[in-house]
Amino acid sequence: MKLLASALLSALAVAGSACADLRATGDLGVVIEREAGTIQIVNTTKPAMLSRIEGLGDLSHASVVFSRDQRYAYVFGRDGGLSKIDLLQDKIDKRIVQAGNSIGGAISQDGKVIAVSNYTPGGVKLFDAETLEQLAEIPAVYGDDNKLSKVVGLVDAPGQRFVCSLFEANEIWLIDAKNPRQPGVKKFKEVGKQPYDALLSPDGRYYAAGLFGEKGLALLDLWQPEQGVQQILDDYGKDDEQLPVYKMPHLEGWTMVGDWLFVPAVGRHEVLVVDKHDWTLVKRIPLAGQPVFVSARPDGRQVWVNFAFPDNQTVQVIDVKDLNTVKTLQPGKAVLHMEFSPRGEAVWLAVRDDDRIAVYDTETFAETSRLPAQKPSGIFFTDRANRIGW
Amino acid sequence: MRIAWLLGAFCFGVYAEEPGAARQQELTNMLKHDCGSCHGLPPKGGLGPSLMPDALADKSDALLFDAIRNGRSGTAMPAWQPFLNDAEIRWMVTRLRQR
Repeated sequence: MKLLASALLSALAVAGSACADLRATGDLGVVIEREAGTIQIVNTTKPAMLSRIEGLGDLSHASVVFSRDQRYAYVFGRDGGLSKIDLLQDKIDKRIVQAGNSIGGAISQDGKVIAVSNYTPGGVKLFDAETLEQLAEIPAVYGDDNKLSKVVGLVDAPGQRFVCSLFEANEIWLIDAKNPRQPGVKKFKEVGKQPYDALLSPDGRYYAAGLFGEKGLALLDLWQPEQGVQQILDDYGKDDEQLPVYKMPHLEGWTMVGDWLFVPAVGRHEVLVVDKHDWTLVKRIPLAGQPVFVSARPDGRQVWVNFAFPDNQTVQVIDVKDLNTVKTLQPGKAVLHMEFSPRGEAVWLAVRDDDRIAVYDTETFAETSRLPAQKPSGIFFTDRANRIGW
Repeated sequence: MRIAWLLGAFCFGVYAEEPGAARQQELTNMLKHDCGSCHGLPPKGGLGPSLMPDALADKSDALLFDAIRNGRSGTAMPAWQPFLNDAEIRWMVTRLRQR
């Protein structure tokens, strides 16, 4: 009898520990559901949805960075909300509303400081990554009458720095956050008209801001910032007809592959390939629409491109070996974002108007899985935690 | 000249047919998500200005119609005329004011 009881107890203990369901964060991710203002926590290996978290405010334009232990996701909402999500416990750990209108954020090299770029009031704010206590406010003041500019293209950079661009002010700011309560700001003025977004090269050396108000990119070499900002690609396609832009292109990490930088041509149906040794134009690759995201597979062999309205049902794949389009896919209505698995065998696509995530095999281009999601927009996997400039 | 043309379009448009139910659904989705990608959801503003009723209160229907139809040069606002007919644009203006 005693024996039976103890056997029963140990069986219960085993069942109990199985219920605890240990979860490692390395294959987790976050999917933004923009209309409902919710996120899904997903497992990228299974693939499967694990939980849905509500109460995150306006996520119509949201982005995510991860703590370096990959336990927490920081969600930047349109309404200025900054939410720290515990991926292990499926809950909001902390949440503040830090501005009226926000566009994105970054996490510092040491993982201790969160920076947010705001439209209203225009500027950057720094927060303690653990407590979300505000450490500093950097208003994006410009011109003689001290107007505030919208801030875009905020990235983290080596040396505990952040870099951002000022849309109306035509400036790039280099923020030194070694002392995050008293950050230093170096301003680069007249970098080009209306920088709309920016990327950092994977080595953390080059910050490139795309220009909306004129052709080309503004380029800052962070190894020698004293040399100032140079404009590149400022005279390609000068005589081409400019098309209206139905969605702002986005620049983000890993569009630099090997010797080449791949960037969307604003208002045109093409991606530009730039030689990063001398920043000259190597090729203009014609595509099905106006590119929004131009994302390289982690191994750099392929570049996947999605498009602005009215071509957002299409995704095209460029083979980097020949710099040609090798595949055109029609994953569904309104493909908003693409995220590769950490080593790139799969890519997840957010298909907004079909209310689902589509997972594709990047070798065979076959759809391997579908997950329901309500009006999904951004997809963010935890391996971003260890990348500079994401 | 443009004003005169617009006025003409409006007077004529009063009698033009409203978009059908299916199209209205498409337009609502477009308003939410495609307009929303710059103006927010709800459209309290983003890269583009707020489109909430109070923000539009002092803007005339003609101005809103023209902004949607022809875009706003010097800004990121494109012309939507290739994708929307005049009756659809007027329907959208009405919807924006009702929000």
